[in-house]
Amino acid sequence: MPKRNNNDMVISVVKSIKDKYDTSELEMIDMEKIEQTEPYNSTLPEKSLSIIKADDFSFYYGSKAGVKNISMEIYPFMVTAIIGPSGCGKSTFLRSINRINDLIPNIHVEGKLFVNNQDIYSRQINLVNLRQQVGMVFQKPNPFPKSIFDNVAYGPRLQGIKKRSVLQQTVEESLQSAALWDEVKDDLKKSALALSGGQQQRLCIARALSTRPKVLLMDEPCSALDPIATSKIEDLIETLKNDYTIVIVTHNMQQAARVSEMAAFFCLGELIEYDLTTKIFSNPSNKQTEDYVTGRFG
Amino acid sequence: MKQDKIIQIALTIVALSAISSLVLITVFVFKEGLPIILRVGAKDFFLSGDWYPGEGKFGIMNMIIGSLAVTAGAIIIGAVFGLGCAVVLTQFAPRQLVVILKPAIEVLAGIPSVVYGFIGVVVLVPLVREYLGGPGLSILTSSIVLGIMVLPTITSISVDVIQAVPKSYRDGAIALGATRWQTTHMVILKAAKSGILAAFILGMGRAIGETMAVIMVAGNALELPHSILDPVRTLTSNIALEMGYAAGEHRQALFATGVTLFVIIMILNTIALTISRRSAGKAAKK
Repeated sequence: MPKRNNNDMVISVVKSIKDKYDTSELEMIDMEKIEQTEPYNSTLPEKSLSIIKADDFSFYYGSKAGVKNISMEIYPFMVTAIIGPSGCGKSTFLRSINRINDLIPNIHVEGKLFVNNQDIYSRQINLVNLRQQVGMVFQKPNPFPKSIFDNVAYGPRLQGIKKRSVLQQTVEESLQSAALWDEVKDDLKKSALALSGGQQQRLCIARALSTRPKVLLMDEPCSALDPIATSKIEDLIETLKNDYTIVIVTHNMQQAARVSEMAAFFCLGELIEYDLTTKIFSNPSNKQTEDYVTGRFG
Repeated sequence: MKQDKIIQIALTIVALSAISSLVLITVFVFKEGLPIILRVGAKDFFLSGDWYPGEGKFGIMNMIIGSLAVTAGAIIIGAVFGLGCAVVLTQFAPRQLVVILKPAIEVLAGIPSVVYGFIGVVVLVPLVREYLGGPGLSILTSSIVLGIMVLPTITSISVDVIQAVPKSYRDGAIALGATRWQTTHMVILKAAKSGILAAFILGMGRAIGETMAVIMVAGNALELPHSILDPVRTLTSNIALEMGYAAGEHRQALFATGVTLFVIIMILNTIALTISRRSAGKAAKK
């Protein structure tokens, strides 16, 4: 576990216990409400506008399909979790949404994937714009070997912003959104690599937010973190969904249940079931989903 | 157990004899070379350009300048092309091209230096003489020839250090909307900076020690050069050219030239080692 100072530790422990208490209460209330107002057979929420839409989308590495025939809509200002066993294609799908999979040679796609009603695999798409609209947070915190400030300012600088005051403001706002500002504001010149693992991951979130994206993709953002850092990130996800659409891939089913509104279960490259998280975890309609969420397989 | 002991002792002796040859060479060169520096005086030896062995004047300043000028030129050329090659090979070239290009560059290292010198004399010298003026045998010509000779060293070390940059840096930059070139120069080259610097310095060490090719294209004049089109004599050429007939003090002065070269190369290698160790230490901390 990364070193942190004692005070910090006590505060975060107290905070995480308190949060846990609060959210569990909230969850109970929510569950009741949902049970009363929304019977389980009503599936998707009444939102007409999806921000991401996959239409019979398949992704191939060479001749091997990473995901095949995915059709789903992801709704704005919500957390959508993608769950499933290893190698099921959940990361492949996530990484298709900002086309970072393009770095791998010999790939091709079939079907369509829309972000903001734009077909992102069409030839006209501007990849730089796409990636600035669809930010990404990786499994292992990957800050650049630069100062905290330069890490967060990297995105705006790519956009050609040079003015110190503008950069300063963007960095501050992004760090505040990522709940890291108070911990680092006195030492923005410090190397990002000197931060603890959890702080590094929040820095990466701040960095992704610096380009003002609409969507935030998170590829198992907590799998390299300890429980305290994890709970901080989860709290953060909770606040961020007010302003951003979040798609999160996670191995941890408790985490999916805690943070997400919608959940998609992938298996062997196919979308098995996509529904409200509460339904996926309590009353899935597919046998495979049920086996997976109850821990009987995967 | 007994067998182990014997093998251990035998291997230790082999290892020590390899190192002892280094020690012996060092001792010998310094023993032969140092007295003359002391006798002539360090100031007259290093800071005078008068090299008249017959009259007992041994000033090697012009040759030090010659060596440094040729090396600097070589490293500029080698750095531009070597780093360019490394960036293309690691970032932009499709795999099929890398498979051809990388071995091709490494083959450059296997060509004997006399062949480089020969091509320099036959092709480069007339070109320089015709289009740029001067005798053709010059700092510029030697720099170009040496630049090509250090290319494989710089390229292969740079490729290694660039490939050692964690892939997650590239992913992070690309995910923020950086283009390939922005990712390369703002993140990857910055992260590999110290390793690349070490590659340049090792290339420099190679360039300053090269003898045969330089003798053939540098012109070997003893005057102080005034432009890059003037001929020069380097420290190494001086030793190689005069060793055959030197005796007495003259011979000692050539050893002293060797001492100078030895010290310069030692300094360069130490700097390169320190830099690469420091960057390795940094990488280990991550």
